[in-house]
Amino acid sequence: MPVSCMETGQTLTAKIAGEVDHHAAKDLMAQLGREIDAALPQSLELDLGGVSFMDSSGIAVVLRSYKRMKELGGGMTLRQVPPHAAKVLRAAGVDKLIPFLN
Amino acid sequence: MKPINEAKMTFLSRSTNEGFARTAAACFAAQLDPTLDEINDIKTAVSEAVTNCIVHAYPDRLGVVSMRLRLFEDNTLEIVIKDSGVGIPDVDRARKPLYTTGGADRSGMGFTIMESFMDTLKVRSVQEKGTTVTMRRRVSRRLGG
Ligand SMILES: Nc1ncnc2c1ncn2[C@@H]1O[C@H](COP(=O)(O)OP(=O)(O)OP(=O)(O)O)[C@@H](O)[C@H]1O
Ligand SMILES: [Mg+2]
Repeated sequence: MPVSCMETGQTLTAKIAGEVDHHAAKDLMAQLGREIDAALPQSLELDLGGVSFMDSSGIAVVLRSYKRMKELGGGMTLRQVPPHAAKVLRAAGVDKLIPFLN
Repeated sequence: MKPINEAKMTFLSRSTNEGFARTAAACFAAQLDPTLDEINDIKTAVSEAVTNCIVHAYPDRLGVVSMRLRLFEDNTLEIVIKDSGVGIPDVDRARKPLYTTGGADRSGMGFTIMESFMDTLKVRSVQEKGTTVTMRRRVSRRLGG
């Protein structure tokens, strides 16, 4: 599961591509955790534009990053959330914690 | 009501089979000419049920998961996913949003998603015997198809 990252100032942009299910989630959480801890950003933009499938395992992936950013005193936004992933994330109320932006 | 088509498969509770199972269900559902949204809903619900077998039913061993797909004349797709794992002690509680025994890696939303993405969800479980999840979804008939 590829995560590609880019740092601009205090912002870390992480792009996830592919299918986010339980099979992929473990690697994905570990990779995102490593990137956040290396960059220690003020804000994280998690770009889901390349996500072709997501189930509830994706909720845990997003919330894990959110928790880590909060521990660091930073914020987080979600970018380019595809409609199918938005439906899953909204079911868990993720949109009330983390803004969905374009 | 008699099904007009049916497919059955069994597979091991390996996480690679999550993708296999939802893709197989989507291929079977394709004969109903579903919309992309309908296909995504069906794939997500199958992924939830199969992941539960892999994560919860067989927590520390490989077991067998079976999936039966049936199609009815009124354009209803029925999906039955079954394991012979540990079972669920209290199904009503397990179905509540955010209830999980899976710790921080899980969010407790699987059953809630199955319920809201499909028309009906039935869960039968016997401890130490296993769990059967039955879901139905009526696919819209499109004009001019
Ligand atoms: N096939 C199963 N066998 C045994 N226990 C199960 C099974 N399916 C679900 N459960 C139990 O029901 C609980 C709720 O399941 P649900 O899918 O709603 O959430 P989850 O799997 O814990 O988290 P998520 O699906 O959001 O990753 C599980 O934590 C588990 O205790
Ligand atoms: Mg689950």
